[in-house]
Amino acid sequence: MIINDRNIKVWSTIGSRATFGLAALELAKSVENLMVLTCDVSTSAGLDRYRKAYPDKYLDLGIAEQNMIGVAAGLASEGYKVVTTTFAPFQTIRCCEQIKVNIGYMKQKICMVGIASGLALGTLGFTHCCIEDVGVLRSIPGIKIISPADSFETIKALEAAIKSGDSIYIRLTGSSNNPIVYNKDYSFEIGKSIKLKEGKDVTIFAAGACVHSSLEAAKKLEENNISCGVINMHTIKPVDFEAINEVCNFSKLIVSIEEHNVIGGLGSAIAEHKAKLKNSPQLLTIGVDDNYIQAGSYNFLKEKYGLTANKIISNIVQNLNS
Amino acid sequence: MNSKEEDIKKIKKFSVEVKKNILNMAFVAGASSSHFGGALSIVEIISFLFSHKMKIKKDDPNWADRDRFILSKGHACLAYYAALSEIGYISKAELNTFEKDNSNLLGHSVINRKLGIDFSNGSLGMGLSLGIGVSIALKKKNKNNSVYVVLGDGECNEGSVWEAAMAAPNFNLKNLYAIIDNNNFQQTGSNKEIMNTSELKEKWSSFGWDTVELDGHDLSQIYEYFSNNESSKPKAIIARTIKGKGFSFSENNNEWHHAVLSKSLYEKAMKEIV
Repeated sequence: MIINDRNIKVWSTIGSRATFGLAALELAKSVENLMVLTCDVSTSAGLDRYRKAYPDKYLDLGIAEQNMIGVAAGLASEGYKVVTTTFAPFQTIRCCEQIKVNIGYMKQKICMVGIASGLALGTLGFTHCCIEDVGVLRSIPGIKIISPADSFETIKALEAAIKSGDSIYIRLTGSSNNPIVYNKDYSFEIGKSIKLKEGKDVTIFAAGACVHSSLEAAKKLEENNISCGVINMHTIKPVDFEAINEVCNFSKLIVSIEEHNVIGGLGSAIAEHKAKLKNSPQLLTIGVDDNYIQAGSYNFLKEKYGLTANKIISNIVQNLNS
Repeated sequence: MNSKEEDIKKIKKFSVEVKKNILNMAFVAGASSSHFGGALSIVEIISFLFSHKMKIKKDDPNWADRDRFILSKGHACLAYYAALSEIGYISKAELNTFEKDNSNLLGHSVINRKLGIDFSNGSLGMGLSLGIGVSIALKKKNKNNSVYVVLGDGECNEGSVWEAAMAAPNFNLKNLYAIIDNNNFQQTGSNKEIMNTSELKEKWSSFGWDTVELDGHDLSQIYEYFSNNESSKPKAIIARTIKGKGFSFSENNNEWHHAVLSKSLYEKAMKEIV
């Protein structure tokens, strides 16, 4: 795909799931044995052009996610590169045991893309929000998990996933007008986090759409004389141990920020590793506080769960002062 | 003797060896016990497929042009391992490792292409979806290989079976066969007691499958059906069977769903094999 200012802005405007559709369209040109499977969500996943352009590389399984994963595994077993996609709750939890048996236990290689994960679909309620997918999938051996920071990184993640041939879950967060984190090309490697901002007092590890709000918060913290670094932990499994080790040497406070339950997600992954380190700093986990609340718009929920830049700032300041 | 009679004689001979293998494995399993009844109900079906119907290469379990077999009712793996042993993929010595520590032959089949096991099974309701994926893949490659999936009637309690049943006719998979072992029992009782699975033929037909009901122990009927079916639809075979078939103590006795085969019953069963 052509990487330039204009396209990066377009991808941001249309959001990560429509960008995923464009990325799939591009991949189909070069990946001969690509198969994209959906469950009656081709429009939502930005695949309308794809399904018309590549009917032979596309299958709609209807609203039947358990069957989709089995069919995907059957195709993978015969040598196809398979991408499955639907809304995140249905892509992960609805067919969790099929994922465990076919992808985990049996090691069939499939790339799953969970669209509209996190809180983006707040007005539709928590049936459609997804704050559990990382926790559930992280416990299944053999599946890597990527949460792209913006629409551009969604393209990078899909390309890397197909190239790797591993089983990968790509968790798409944010909505349309997805804020831009990367405005020029950069190197993306699965499992290797990216330091976006240096900071000696506090280090934020963020994933998905939270990366942008974390950067915003970190910049404002500088105004309060708090030096705050930000690391894009785009790969949640395997989490980048080296990056955690490094910041534990100097940070006074480590913060994880994610549109996910604080149980089971990025914060948990960091905590599991950090617990093994001697004398590591405190970890503040910011995310959904293990509670389904009265839902509402995306912004409303981010505010409620403390995921806006201002809420992140006050939480960090409060912790540093306590 | 015409060719059908000769073929059936060979299949029958194969099935006798399959039964012996089953008894041997059930016996070596000892106190850990084995899924005995549901394996015996598919002996003739699996013997027909592996000794006669399926395109396989005895010296290459991974042959790209082989027909595919999926044991969706993975707990019936005794019959599967027994057949794989008869065609030479699993040695008799390895059969004796059944359910032992570090064995390739656990109580539910685990993917092992060297042994001819294409998929892991055990969690019910998943095999037919795999079969659809494989069948679509073969169709895309213009290969006319068949895909045989064996399911249990109790397994048809699982909703995912019906997701797959609904999907297969959409993709015109004429080489896909769902063979339902209709032995009328599930783990803790009869289908009627636990979850009624009556009218399976009508159910599968209404989902768009070419459906037949036949005696799953009658090799002649099985042979005839598979020799004369040109339907363009996926095919569902409701095989009327007897759980625990072949041995006086286990036939239609659901205590043999999962049970320990003692030395005396093992010896008795060996004498009953015909």
